[in-house]
Amino acid sequence: MSKQYETVIGLEVHVELATKTKIFCGCSTAFGGAPNTHTCPVCTGMPGSLPVLNKQVLEYVIAVGLATNCEISHYSKFDRKNYFYPDNPQNYQISQLYLPICHDGGVEIETEEGKKIVGIHEIHMEEDAGKLVHDDWEDCTMVDYNRSGVPLIEIVSEPDMRSAEEVIAYLEKLRLLIQYLGASDCKLQEGSMRADVNLSIREAGAEKMGTRTEMKNLNSFKAIARAIEGERERQIDLLEEGKEVIQETRRWDDNKEYSYAMRSKEDAQDYRYFPDPDLAPIIVSDELLREIKSKEPEFPTEKMIRYKEEYGIPDYDIEILTNTKHTADLFEETVALGADPKKVSNWLMGETMRLLKENAMEPEAICFSPENLAKLIQLVDSKAINSTVAKEVFQEMFHHDIDPEQYVEEKGLKTVNDQGALRKTIEEVMARNPKSVEDYHNGKTKAIGALVGQTMKAMQGKADPALINQILQELL
Amino acid sequence: MANIISDETIEYVGILSKLELSGEQKEQAKKDMGLMLDYIDQLSELDTTGVEPMSHIFPIHNVFRQDTVTNGDDQENILRNAPEERDGSFIVPKTVD
Repeated sequence: MSKQYETVIGLEVHVELATKTKIFCGCSTAFGGAPNTHTCPVCTGMPGSLPVLNKQVLEYVIAVGLATNCEISHYSKFDRKNYFYPDNPQNYQISQLYLPICHDGGVEIETEEGKKIVGIHEIHMEEDAGKLVHDDWEDCTMVDYNRSGVPLIEIVSEPDMRSAEEVIAYLEKLRLLIQYLGASDCKLQEGSMRADVNLSIREAGAEKMGTRTEMKNLNSFKAIARAIEGERERQIDLLEEGKEVIQETRRWDDNKEYSYAMRSKEDAQDYRYFPDPDLAPIIVSDELLREIKSKEPEFPTEKMIRYKEEYGIPDYDIEILTNTKHTADLFEETVALGADPKKVSNWLMGETMRLLKENAMEPEAICFSPENLAKLIQLVDSKAINSTVAKEVFQEMFHHDIDPEQYVEEKGLKTVNDQGALRKTIEEVMARNPKSVEDYHNGKTKAIGALVGQTMKAMQGKADPALINQILQELL
Repeated sequence: MANIISDETIEYVGILSKLELSGEQKEQAKKDMGLMLDYIDQLSELDTTGVEPMSHIFPIHNVFRQDTVTNGDDQENILRNAPEERDGSFIVPKTVD
C-alpha cells in the first residue's frame, strides 16, 4: 500500500436504562417474561393510548449528561421518527431530534499518545423496539412487545476517534461512568449497551472527511475491534481500486469477519420527523439540576485519590479495584467490616480475577458477600486455616457464596494446632522416610521440604507449614 | 395550482406509505397533494417575526409518571388485537431487515 490512510470514527451508543418501568407506561422492564406479558395499549401502539414520561428516565439521562460534561437543555421535547417495521407497532419511534436533552459534552480517554477528549455531540432519550423471531418453517414472523418502550438513551459522539483502541477506551469510560451512576448495567453481550460504528477513511493529512458507513450488530469489544479493522480494510481496498465508498448501513458478521450492506435504495430512510403532540415539553429547572447533582456518586477518579490516602494500597491495586463499581463496592464494604485493605485487595485482584477469567464472567457477576470475604480473611489471620485451604474455601465461596466459617467447620478443614498430635505425625513421617532424614543430615537441607510435604499430606492439608517446619528442625 | 408534484415524488411517497397506486389514482393524488401544499403555503404569507415555534398546542410542560409498575400481565387482552397469534406472540408476514 503506497498511501497512508487515517481512520475517522464516531459512535452512536445505545444504553438501556435501569428503570423498573418502561419510558411511557407502567409496564415492567423485567427481562425474560413470556412473550407479550409486559405490554399494554401504550407500548403496543393502540390508537387513543397516551404516553406519559417516566421521571426516572429524565433523571438518569441528566445524570449521564452531567457526568459526561454535557450542557443540559433547559427546554426539550420529543419527536416521532417514522418508519414501517413490525418491531414497532406505532409505525414511529418516539425519540428526540430537534431539542435533545443533553448536548456538547465530552469525556477524557487515555491513548498511547496521552490523554485525549472525545466530544459528545448529544444524548437523547428514546424507546426500544419489540423483538422479532423469524419462523422459517411457517414462513412468518413472531413478535414479542415486552421490550417495546423500554427506555434507551443514545449517546452520539463527535467523529473524534482514530483507532479501535480509542473506541474501546471511550466505550469503557462511558460504561464505567454509567455503571457508577447506577443508570444501567451496560452489558454488551446482553444488549443493555450497544454501539453503532460510523467509520470513514481519508488520506493522512487530508482535511475533508471521506464517505462514511455505519456498522450495526456489534455485541462485544472484540467484535467492535475486528469490525473496525475489517471495515477500514474494505474501504481502503475500494479507494485503491479507484472505486467509491457508498454511504450505507452495514451489518457486521463476526463469524465471517465481514460486513454486509443492510438496506437497498428501494426502502430509503426518510424518517419524516415531527414533534410528538402526545407528550408535553420538558423544562429542566435549576432546582432539578441541583437535586440530581447532589445525588451524584463518587466517581473512579475521586475514589482513586481517596483509596491512596485512606487505605494506602498500591496504585496498581487501586486501578483494578475501581475499574468496576461492583469491585470497588465489594472492596470498601469488606474493609468496613474490619479486614485489612491490602489483604482484601489481594483476594479481589488475585483469586477473584483468576476465577472470573477462568469462567468467562464479568465482575458484575461476582456473588460472594463482603461479610464472607471478611470472615475468610479472619480465618487465615487467626491461622485457623492455611493459605492452600483458604484458596479451596474461596473457590466454593466464589461459586456459591458459602459461609466460610461454617464450611470449614463442616468439612473439618481447620488447621490442627494441637502440637502433640502434629509432633506425633511428624515422627511417623520421619520413620517412614529415613532417606530424606539421612539426606538432611548429609547437608542436603532441601530434603526438609519433602518431609514437610509428606506431613501436610498425612494431615490432609490441615496444618500450618511454618509450624511443621519449626517442629521438624527441632526433631532433626 | 402553484405546487406541481412530479411523478418521482408521488412514486416515492407511495413507497413510504406502503401504497400501490394505479395510474389514475396517482394522477388524482398528485392533484390533491398540490392543492394541499398550496393551502399550507398561505401560512408563509403571515409575518411570524418574534414568534417562538410551537411544540405543543397546550401551555403545559413536565407531565411525568413515577417509576412504579402499575400494569400486570394483560397478554390475553393485548393479543386480541393481533391479526393472528401463536404461543403468546403476534404473527405477521415474514419481515426480514
